[in-house]
Amino acid sequence: MTTALETVRDTPFTIGERTFHSRLMVGTGKYRDNPTMVRAIEASGAEIVTVAVRRVDLDRSKEAGILHHLDPSKYFLLANTAGCYTAADAVRYARLGREAGFNDFIKLEVIGDQETLLPDVQGLLEAARILVKDGFKVLAYTNEDLITALRLEEAGVAAVMPLASPIGSGLGLVNPYGVRLIKRRLRVPVVVDAGVGTASDACLTMEQGVDGILMNTALAAAQDPPLMAHAMKLAVDAGRAAFLAGRMPRREVATPSSPVTGMLD
Amino acid sequence: MSELVQVLVNGEPRSVACGATLLGLLAALELDPRTVVVEHNRAIVRRPRLGDVTVAPGDAIELVHFVGGG
Repeated sequence: MTTALETVRDTPFTIGERTFHSRLMVGTGKYRDNPTMVRAIEASGAEIVTVAVRRVDLDRSKEAGILHHLDPSKYFLLANTAGCYTAADAVRYARLGREAGFNDFIKLEVIGDQETLLPDVQGLLEAARILVKDGFKVLAYTNEDLITALRLEEAGVAAVMPLASPIGSGLGLVNPYGVRLIKRRLRVPVVVDAGVGTASDACLTMEQGVDGILMNTALAAAQDPPLMAHAMKLAVDAGRAAFLAGRMPRREVATPSSPVTGMLD
Repeated sequence: MSELVQVLVNGEPRSVACGATLLGLLAALELDPRTVVVEHNRAIVRRPRLGDVTVAPGDAIELVHFVGGG
């Protein structure tokens, strides 16, 4: 069967010399239980799945590590430096993540403020430079500021990840202009990370021409996470196809869709 | 048999046998060395070397793994 999507001629989605099929990446935090998480990740079609590095619970009061639930041969596990407020901490967590994991990719976060979880761009650039020199493929979580994005690219990161809106806020894409500008000016992939709340947010984000989206709370905090994951998959595909198709120009006056000739007297 | 030394494991004081290796510490904690990463006084110790490194009084040991995150 020929579907519309088979007619889409897209460029491969490649980060750090690795090519992925799905442009949707998902996190593994905040799910009500692990079986729900596993079903949501499956429904999302995501290949890249993020994880955090934390202390082992020595009293065993909490559940075992995430690898008991996710097959590392099935998913590309992307460690993050979430919760780090300094470049030094982020570098330390990145190195532990590389040791715990299966690749040298790191989703680099250096947070600047507890209330907004907005990035500390100075610490981010400092950590990015150290980690790139150390051989990491750095995916840098940043704000939608072009100059920071350009400096990150100059530092040699594998991808720049501007936010749609603050982490876990679900406010959607607040600055489409800023994200579009970053995509237009950078050569490295641009993946929007954080802030997407529902499928229309994901679709609108992909329509800006970015290479992909990473989301977590939008799935984990949905009433039905696997169903929302399915919706997000469709939305990312729809937004990507719409971007490639090229939208019609906006006009502030109407133009008739039906012929204006041949009308009855 | 052996005397005990005090170390910090994941920020908490613990007593371990004097001369114990990091591998021995993991065994005492019933942790599979394939599922944790060990940081010993801020330096990562790779799995093959866990049996070579002995703990000393006051050492800071961090045992980490992957958990859910975004």
